[in-house]
Amino acid sequence: MLSGAALSLGDLGQDLVAVPLSAFPQKLDDSRFTVEARFYQKIENKRIKCKLCPRECTVGDRERGYCGVRENRGGTYYTLVHSRLCAAHVDPIEKKPFFHYLPGTMAFSLATAGCNVNCKFCQNWDISQVRPEQVPANYAPPRSVADLARQYHCPTIAYTYSEPVVFSEYLMDAADAGHEAGIRSVVVSNGYMQADALKAAYGKMDAVKIDLKAFSESYYRDVVVGELKPVLNALVTLRKMGKWTEIVYLVVPTLNDSDAEFRGLVRWIKTNLGVDVPVHFAQFHPEYLLKNLPITPVPTLERAKAIADAEGLHYVYIGNVPGHPAENTYCPKCRRMLVERVGLTARQMLIRKNACPFCQQPIPGVWHA
Amino acid sequence: MDQTSDTSRRDFLKKCVMGTAVLRTAKLPLLGMAGQESTPGKSKVVIANDAQLRGAKTTVDSSRIASLLDRAMQSLFDLDDPIEPWKKLVRAGQRVGVKVNALGGRGLSSNVQLVEAICERLQEAGIRGNDTVIWDRDTEELERAGFHVATAGNRVQCFGSDRLGYEERLATYGSVGSRLSKILTQRSDVLINVPVLKDHDGAGVTIALKNMYGVIHNPNKYHPNGCNPYIADVNMLPEIRSKMRLTICDATTASYEGGPGYKPQYSWKNDGLIISQDPVALDYIGWQIIERKRAEKGLKTLEGVGRSPAYIATAADAGHRLGMNDPRRIATVEV
Repeated sequence: MLSGAALSLGDLGQDLVAVPLSAFPQKLDDSRFTVEARFYQKIENKRIKCKLCPRECTVGDRERGYCGVRENRGGTYYTLVHSRLCAAHVDPIEKKPFFHYLPGTMAFSLATAGCNVNCKFCQNWDISQVRPEQVPANYAPPRSVADLARQYHCPTIAYTYSEPVVFSEYLMDAADAGHEAGIRSVVVSNGYMQADALKAAYGKMDAVKIDLKAFSESYYRDVVVGELKPVLNALVTLRKMGKWTEIVYLVVPTLNDSDAEFRGLVRWIKTNLGVDVPVHFAQFHPEYLLKNLPITPVPTLERAKAIADAEGLHYVYIGNVPGHPAENTYCPKCRRMLVERVGLTARQMLIRKNACPFCQQPIPGVWHA
Repeated sequence: MDQTSDTSRRDFLKKCVMGTAVLRTAKLPLLGMAGQESTPGKSKVVIANDAQLRGAKTTVDSSRIASLLDRAMQSLFDLDDPIEPWKKLVRAGQRVGVKVNALGGRGLSSNVQLVEAICERLQEAGIRGNDTVIWDRDTEELERAGFHVATAGNRVQCFGSDRLGYEERLATYGSVGSRLSKILTQRSDVLINVPVLKDHDGAGVTIALKNMYGVIHNPNKYHPNGCNPYIADVNMLPEIRSKMRLTICDATTASYEGGPGYKPQYSWKNDGLIISQDPVALDYIGWQIIERKRAEKGLKTLEGVGRSPAYIATAADAGHRLGMNDPRRIATVEV
């Protein structure tokens, strides 16, 4: 989704120590950001096999995995981004987007550098596709994240912007610190993760949004540089874990916008996740390595929604098109509008006791803190 | 040469900057050159070895490696004078980037004495000391490999891309979209590539072409599929292709297995250099040397273990044309 205005890192409080930047910076002390990784296996010749994502990088001594933020040092694998905050914003939770999770609230949103895929359309490639030392960062240990969320009146911490899979250790510790302080955690992720790591890390999340980038392996291979099947498995696992989950599908003109692909996608969702999972068809904007394609036409998004509606999904949204009526939540039974949204703002929220006030149809989600 | 001699060499570099050194440019006889001149239309690769490169010591002798470099350069350019080849590569006033490979620590990185000899010849060819930068990705890595960091003054500079950073603008070709090191874009008119002859657990081998992964900000993204076609595409980036003049592969210590990191049990003292202006031909020849060593050690071929360096053929294909990988079109000269 479109990104919002960043907080000035220097304004975030005394716990965030500003990193001096200059045209010729000195080497930073990396030790405070360096923590042994939790998901890997030691193998022969001081090599390791990463068990965080399905890529399973085999990494030699002094080398890094595909994500660029984990390094083998003498046969021990380290994350280099624990507490290494490179982006922090206070965003409406609708921007993540979560439409069925605490609507109208703000999320203290943060990221470190790094990503385990390389989407050609990435909007945040300047932090996701870099190594941690290539982007300005601040030291933000878990407890200070929780304190800052409270200071900015955010009921949630959101791990987002880059790819939280690659900073799982930080996310887990920050979620624990948040929960101790009464702050919930949500994650915005590609879901390209091994099952054990997913259960351990996202088990600590209160809600999860997964970017399901297409419904074909060829797209995942050519445009995402990943795989579809592990993401589908992750969605099923999250469902079994009982995590509140929403799905975003970025519709890229000519690449993943056929009727057949939309239909295949929504039928899979209906069969494996049920009709109540919110699905957001989001508008693509040319960025990064995909600048030769136009913005997704609104009728294409409407076509995707129509197919999903016809297949019986209950909560289908259109994203990145401010003012479109498909930003609103409607009761699937009486069709009355229950949540009115304009852009990233929830203007009106009528749901009471998790149900439609007009027909008492239960509306799935977490509507009140 | 002993430690004192190494110090003298560094002193010499400093004196060069101050204009007080007597340039030692004795003309060396070319050995074994008769009948070995490159055939027109072929890429020339010079393999230079010196069995006495280390004398009775384990470390490379500064004086002998400088002589070996001269011999190889004179052979490559068919010139009798050791400075003249360099004058064909650079001209006074230009800024030269010497891209080394420092990943393997002191055991398996570009040899410091070799790089000093290169810088010395560059100065003798008219390049000011502080117009030469010895560089790789990371300053700490350079220090671990034995290089002395220098970021100011009139001497040869030495630091990593971490100090200057990377361009904001993406450079793209084929499958690659990367930010380039500002050392390449802003501090180098000419690029001299000084890789190491190494095995690589993903690409098969890492020699000239793969050393350019140290020029981009996101090399970790380009290791799938044996780094193919990524290595070839990185070398096609215009700033790299247009500035590349020469590859001097440090094959004094090489590895045939377990790379790219240093594993003593898989390394050998090869005591040589491989030099060419065609990085594809150089990689092809280097690959064959590694295969011969693997066979000698009873190991399967790289193809046999699923790591054949297919990127070399990609670099030579019609979409790249970075050089020759056909042995019939490579003239190998041993000196």
